[in-house]
Amino acid sequence: MPEIRNYTMNFGPQHPAAHGVLRLVLEMDGEVITRADPHIGLLHRATEKLAESKPYNQSIGYMDRLDYVSMMCNEHGYVLAIEKLLDIDIPERAKYIRVMFDEITRILNHLLWLGAHALDVGAMSMFLYCFREREDLMDCYEAVSGARLHATYYRPGGVARDLPDTMPQYQASRWKSQAEIDRLNEQRQGGLLDFIERFIEKFPTKVDEYETLLTDNRIWKQRTVGIGVVSPEQAMAWGFTGPMLRGSGVEWDLRKKQPYEVYREMDFDIPVGVNGDCYDRYLVRVEEMRQSTRIIRQCVDWLRENPGPVLIADHKVTPPSRVEMKADMEALIHHFKLFTEGYCLPEGKVYAAVEHPKGEFGAYLVSDGANKPYRLKIRAPGFAHLSALDHMVRGHMLADVVAILGTQDIVFGEVDR
Amino acid sequence: MGDSVSVLNDSLQKVFPDLSVAVEYGEVTLQLAPEQLLTVCKTLRDSGEFAFEQLLDLCVVDYLHYGRNEWNTTKVTASGFSRGVHAQSTGRLKFGVEYDDEAEVQRFAVVYHLLSYRHNRRLRLEVFVQDQQLPVVPSVINLWPSADWYEREAFDLFGVLFEGHPDLRRLLTDYGFIGHPFRKDFPLIGNVEMRYDPEKKRVVYEPVSIEPRVLVPKVIRQDNRYAGKDPEEVKDA
Repeated sequence: MPEIRNYTMNFGPQHPAAHGVLRLVLEMDGEVITRADPHIGLLHRATEKLAESKPYNQSIGYMDRLDYVSMMCNEHGYVLAIEKLLDIDIPERAKYIRVMFDEITRILNHLLWLGAHALDVGAMSMFLYCFREREDLMDCYEAVSGARLHATYYRPGGVARDLPDTMPQYQASRWKSQAEIDRLNEQRQGGLLDFIERFIEKFPTKVDEYETLLTDNRIWKQRTVGIGVVSPEQAMAWGFTGPMLRGSGVEWDLRKKQPYEVYREMDFDIPVGVNGDCYDRYLVRVEEMRQSTRIIRQCVDWLRENPGPVLIADHKVTPPSRVEMKADMEALIHHFKLFTEGYCLPEGKVYAAVEHPKGEFGAYLVSDGANKPYRLKIRAPGFAHLSALDHMVRGHMLADVVAILGTQDIVFGEVDR
Repeated sequence: MGDSVSVLNDSLQKVFPDLSVAVEYGEVTLQLAPEQLLTVCKTLRDSGEFAFEQLLDLCVVDYLHYGRNEWNTTKVTASGFSRGVHAQSTGRLKFGVEYDDEAEVQRFAVVYHLLSYRHNRRLRLEVFVQDQQLPVVPSVINLWPSADWYEREAFDLFGVLFEGHPDLRRLLTDYGFIGHPFRKDFPLIGNVEMRYDPEKKRVVYEPVSIEPRVLVPKVIRQDNRYAGKDPEEVKDA
């Protein structure tokens, strides 16, 4: 009879599969995990406290930095809370733009998740393919906001500016020949909507390619089927939302159940898992990418037909145009007041939530009538998911920890906040 | 959603006649005392009428500086931008300076956000803590396991104790951290800063050297557009 020894093992914070800065203290019985104790907070930046000392609009940029792979969805939750307190309705075109970019963001997020999850489990090439497509979507971010990651594009009252008619072009450099630049710029002719349309035309075949590599892959299935099984009751009790909940078979999606913006008009389906294991959650997320493509298609068609304003004209909340400011005294005063002091919200408390790629992203906002939030609480989906890691990994092998961490789609920007 | 809110409001008032229920912006808030929390929560989770299966979020609000205006322009002075600014918000607090805050303020409120999948409804619970020096609230971890980390976070950041929580350790702050950083009397710049000391060959903590710097004062404007507006009316908009 061999002597059995128990180990305590440190996983991270410098481990590549720890998805950032997770320190995981694992108590092991041989190769089986008896207890997992995640230590988080290494990326804690006190976003909520910082927001308390800034006017409302200045914190939008912080929201990008929460879940830094689904930037605009974070902004959306925060901006919705402000709009709810202000009781304003945004222009129809801004709603479509927001929905379109929410879905672009969903694909961005799921691509990173798929690439990183597959890489953790051992499929190196997935990462490269996923990042190839992510690049195009980042270009959409860049075209509309000037930044590839931290867009700060959503504003209370709409979005910062309308969709551009031209895409940014590659410039000649000593690294690229003219022929190569022409080839790169060829698909960037026309406006942003043309670019997005070209992308969604080819994207479903790319998803097929990912599925060829993984869905029936023997190794992939061995690593994910039956791993981290969560029952629907457990998923609810542990605070799961989003694909983690739907993977367990709960039909719940805020876009359908409590629709915001124009999701009510959109035609799309909600994929739901059966077994609640890592493989089902993989299938759910892959299908969500296909459904997002459908939504984007509908938004592109609508946006082509319906030009209009993208920001409300209430200059107590949104800045007046530069042209107006040159001639109109009142516009100049509005501009000055808005950028030095901001706007005051009525006293009250609201909770606004969006269906973020990872789950329900909510913002609880307490206002005492000032130009700054009195208290802002971010409800980050990843926080609840990671808190259940201990329950999910118990009894699994060490290598499965990586698969379960991957399936949770953890990003530390939002877990630590 | 509008109907569902009034249905929830009615049934809450029927089942808990002695608790105050408020509807604002289409959201239902139930206020209760810490000692009622566990029994009320059990009813809310288990009775089919409510069926709040999930605790979505738990957080603490520190009402110490609520409604304080930093920008008072009643007196005219010639000293420039800082005219009328009274450093009263947490971002302006300096290290080591004691501020005399009224201790009688009912500071801490623990806020629970519940979600019912069966009825597609949300509910907010607000629990005001009685003792401000030693804020204690019963833990709901046995009703909703997701409360585990939320309560640890709330304890870490606000120092609210959750009675019955099996493992109430700090969660987000550094190992060995002192204080509760999200309280309104904790300075935004923090109390200590950290650097590597090459002589001692280890990391040392020192009092912060940076100055608090908040560019925009906190201003409360009486906006006539919201004056007299009943939140009840806003909810259906």
